[in-house]
Amino acid sequence: MLLLDIGCTAAAADVDPDADLKAYRAYFKERFPHYGPEEFNLGMYNYNDDKRAQWEAIMEFPPFGMAVDRGEQLFNTPFNNGKTYAGCLDQGGIGIAHSYPRFDSKTGKVKTLSMEINDCRKKNGEKPLKLLKGDLTKILAYLAETSRGKPISITVPDDPRALAAYEDGKRNYFTRRGPWGFACFNCHWESAGKRIGPSELSPAMGQASNFPSYRSKWGAVGPIQRRYKGCMLNYGAKPPKVGGTSMNNLEYFHRRLSNGLPSNAPNNRP
Amino acid sequence: MANTVKMLAKLGDGVAVVKLLISHPMETGNRIDEKTNKKVPEHFIEVVDCQHNGETVLTAHLGASISKNPYLSFEITGAIKGDTVEISWVDNKGVSGSGKTKVK
Repeated sequence: MLLLDIGCTAAAADVDPDADLKAYRAYFKERFPHYGPEEFNLGMYNYNDDKRAQWEAIMEFPPFGMAVDRGEQLFNTPFNNGKTYAGCLDQGGIGIAHSYPRFDSKTGKVKTLSMEINDCRKKNGEKPLKLLKGDLTKILAYLAETSRGKPISITVPDDPRALAAYEDGKRNYFTRRGPWGFACFNCHWESAGKRIGPSELSPAMGQASNFPSYRSKWGAVGPIQRRYKGCMLNYGAKPPKVGGTSMNNLEYFHRRLSNGLPSNAPNNRP
Repeated sequence: MANTVKMLAKLGDGVAVVKLLISHPMETGNRIDEKTNKKVPEHFIEVVDCQHNGETVLTAHLGASISKNPYLSFEITGAIKGDTVEISWVDNKGVSGSGKTKVK
């Protein structure tokens, strides 16, 4: 089922993320028959050779380099109690970013890597970090770098709460909002490859694999929820709370669309 | 103090292409701090001195119009693998920093 009408909620038994993904991949393969994983990740850079060449030059010595270095420093600095982030995370945090967000069976909710970091801080008597700017974004940049090339692997376990979270994210993705009634789907699915104003629209598959990303507009590395928020504000809609259940579910669904594509974060975008 | 400079010097076609990033706020003095409602004072890099094997090859005068975390790139002719490229910067407050790398 590609499109959900507003107000129609599927019962847990009807939710089939794997069937969805199969259908979505078929759709994007039909729309972009010559695209491989690399092309999907490139997004808008496929549409313009000059921009792509500029992107390649930038990626040789990217602006997020310092954020990754600083993130590594921050990640390895012990808390006041002597413990470290590595103590809280799978594999000490190295090479796990591509598998987030995850479903947390203890809380019954979607957990982003940002939440893992802040939970770790809380457990060790430290204050949480701001979600969209500052030190957390640098730590995320470093952790993402350790996952570079690994296939995005978002799992939706056979738990009714996970399926509900996935379905909530999916509904969010297809819901029209704001004065013009735009849903994420209208631009990045139906109109992928076309333009809105001067901006070229990248296909939904292959977007999330590039995050967290440096954006020239931000002058910094930011997580995908910063982009969700910004984009919604751009078209006059009120975004759900960053780090809230709704936004996390949206990230869960959207990132899963890029399953199998190599994580190419941090990246560089306008 | 944390390292403020990240550098890369790559040899290609008889020139070494040097790329560098400097971590610096580059405040123009006109930006209003949202919390205090006051102008954030000027704080920007004035001079960047670039040396090849100890000899100055480029002096860059930046200033307030260069944005945050400046990225600079320049080419050195006659460089060979293993040469040292070093940069040092100083800002309007007298704060300075430096970075060094070898040509690859």
